[in-house]
Amino acid sequence: MKQMTYAEALRDGIRLEMQRDPHVYLAGEDVGIFGGCFGQTAGLYQEFGPERIVDTPISETAIVGHAVGAAAAGLRPIVEIMFIDFMGVCMDEILNQAAKMRYMFGGKAKVPMVIRTPCGAGVSAAAQHSQSLEAFFTHIPGIKTVMPSTPADAKGLMCAAIRDDNPVIYIEHKMLLGLQGDVPEGEYVIPLGKADIKRKGSDVTIVAWSAMVHKALAAAEALAKEGISAEVLDPRTLNPLDKDSILNSVGKTERLVIVHEATRTGGFGGEIAAIVADEGFDLLNAPIKRVTAPDAPVPFSPVLERNYLPSEEKIIKAVKELF
Amino acid sequence: MEITKAELLSFYETMVTIRTFEEKAAELFAAGKLPGFVHLYIGEEAVATGVCANLTDKDYITSTHRGHGHLIAKGGRIDLMMAELFGKATGYCKGKGGSMHIADVNLGILGANGIVGAGQPIAAGAAFACKYKKTDAVAVCFFGDGASNRGTFHESLNMASIFKLPVIFVCENNMYGISNYQKNHMNVSDISDRAAAYGIPGVTVDGNDVVAVYEAAAEAVDRARKGDGPSLIECKTWRHRGHFEGDPCIYKDPKEQEAWLKKDPVLSLEKKLTELKFATVVELEEIKAAVKEKIDSAVLFAQNSPDPDPDDVLTDVYAS
Ligand SMILES: Cc1ncc(C[n+]2csc(CCOP(=O)(O)OP(=O)(O)O)c2C)c(N)n1
Ligand SMILES: [Mg+2]
Repeated sequence: MKQMTYAEALRDGIRLEMQRDPHVYLAGEDVGIFGGCFGQTAGLYQEFGPERIVDTPISETAIVGHAVGAAAAGLRPIVEIMFIDFMGVCMDEILNQAAKMRYMFGGKAKVPMVIRTPCGAGVSAAAQHSQSLEAFFTHIPGIKTVMPSTPADAKGLMCAAIRDDNPVIYIEHKMLLGLQGDVPEGEYVIPLGKADIKRKGSDVTIVAWSAMVHKALAAAEALAKEGISAEVLDPRTLNPLDKDSILNSVGKTERLVIVHEATRTGGFGGEIAAIVADEGFDLLNAPIKRVTAPDAPVPFSPVLERNYLPSEEKIIKAVKELF
Repeated sequence: MEITKAELLSFYETMVTIRTFEEKAAELFAAGKLPGFVHLYIGEEAVATGVCANLTDKDYITSTHRGHGHLIAKGGRIDLMMAELFGKATGYCKGKGGSMHIADVNLGILGANGIVGAGQPIAAGAAFACKYKKTDAVAVCFFGDGASNRGTFHESLNMASIFKLPVIFVCENNMYGISNYQKNHMNVSDISDRAAAYGIPGVTVDGNDVVAVYEAAAEAVDRARKGDGPSLIECKTWRHRGHFEGDPCIYKDPKEQEAWLKKDPVLSLEKKLTELKFATVVELEEIKAAVKEKIDSAVLFAQNSPDPDPDDVLTDVYAS
């Protein structure tokens, strides 16, 4: 084990996979000498050189589109979109090209590529630099969506994403990039589609991912003092989704609260609620609650942003409504 | 075209206002008083000033993440801008937008923008509306060298060309998109060359010479108002500071930085004004002092303004 930040850990994953497989390369805006907008790729240029760490023009459409072509032609590109908010610029390349090529070609092609992109609010970056857009991608069959919450998961899931033969959207939360934690050294691969219980509990299941895991853990800690034992389940990847682990946990606790930073309507929490209502209705002893951002863009002012985001207090309140 | 003393002095006041506003923003940001990201326009003042001097309140502009200069040159109020930088309820966007989204639709300012290259089709659309409504208003799109690599640039120039839209595309070529040097992100040295691909006029001017910018824009605006269609103007310039405040700028060549600092557009204009005997050094100092006072009172206004009501998160999502 080694202490690392989340950014260092995901970079460690990239570095190991690049050492292991010469077909892996990384391209994006300012990923070279500059080291990425939040320093995620610092040092990689020095280690792998300009052929494998490629600075691109500001051309998201071509960044993702070229990755589709390069992947179809045998490489394993990792491309960075500097903020998830810019994914709109390359949506056709994701939605109609990367996601569908294999299916449309009758299984005759594969598109092994990773799109890394930071999400999330919390730094007053306002409406076009703060969003949580995972549900855009979970709605696309053919794409996998990964959202690590800890440094160890960031590494293990990065390695799995790079090794996967499908297009994977790897969403890194910008408020987590500096988070420290223990990370296994050397090869470390966490299979996609395996949830992780971040805290064991018996009275209520809180399903949360990415930065919300930490707010859920803080809420669970506070609830424990009041005699409520909350289990915090981090699905880690939304597609594939480890629904068995969610149903198992709800089977034990009989109560479910889902927390996500994304806006409420059409958010992935609705999907999890639907699965549990459908396949685990008899397990439930209370309504399913969601704690989410409201259906509004992310505001700039710290005062507004604070009220906008799901918080420990809001999670505690939702949990208490179930008892 | 002969530039008058009054015109030159008014350019000077605008450029000094932008410079002083930005220096104040840098100071406030460094002191931890401004939330979010701040991208400053220091070094590029002549571009917005020279272009907007040809516009009226009926004309439109689209701006960028580096938008403070465009707003000031188009007549934006510095007190409301400053309050927005602080995220206050009295700010241009009621604290919802911040530095990167300041707008004043009544002045035709269709907003700063956080998405590089997003302004190009929006400006074309505003120009479409001007033409459709048979006004003689025009739209100006400010964007960077980096933004000219977005698909939106190419699609918008082509569309504006075939529709003969009254739009002027003003490329602020400061030779960098964040850390990416122009030579590494495109294989043309003059971005104005790209105009030929769309059958519209393209010119390159010294973006640090406010008069050169003014004259090139005057011609393009005139052409647009007469119904002769769009133009591309490339203004070669340099940002004195980092991409955003806090950027250590490791990617810049210090010698090149030094050379460009000598071509400071504000200092060049001062020199011109005194050489032409349009103003004395003392008179210029007086202008600067008056501007400084205005900026200081804008800061006071911002600092004394209330925060937004936290429950306003849900207002302004839809028009009612
Ligand atoms: C679509 C999109 N891609 C990337 C970014 C991140 N970004 C913000 S400013 C910038 C550089 C823009 O360069 P340029 O257009 O030359 O303008 P300058 O900053 O030099 O004024 C980048 C890459 C963004 N905001 N939007
Ligand atoms: Mg630039």
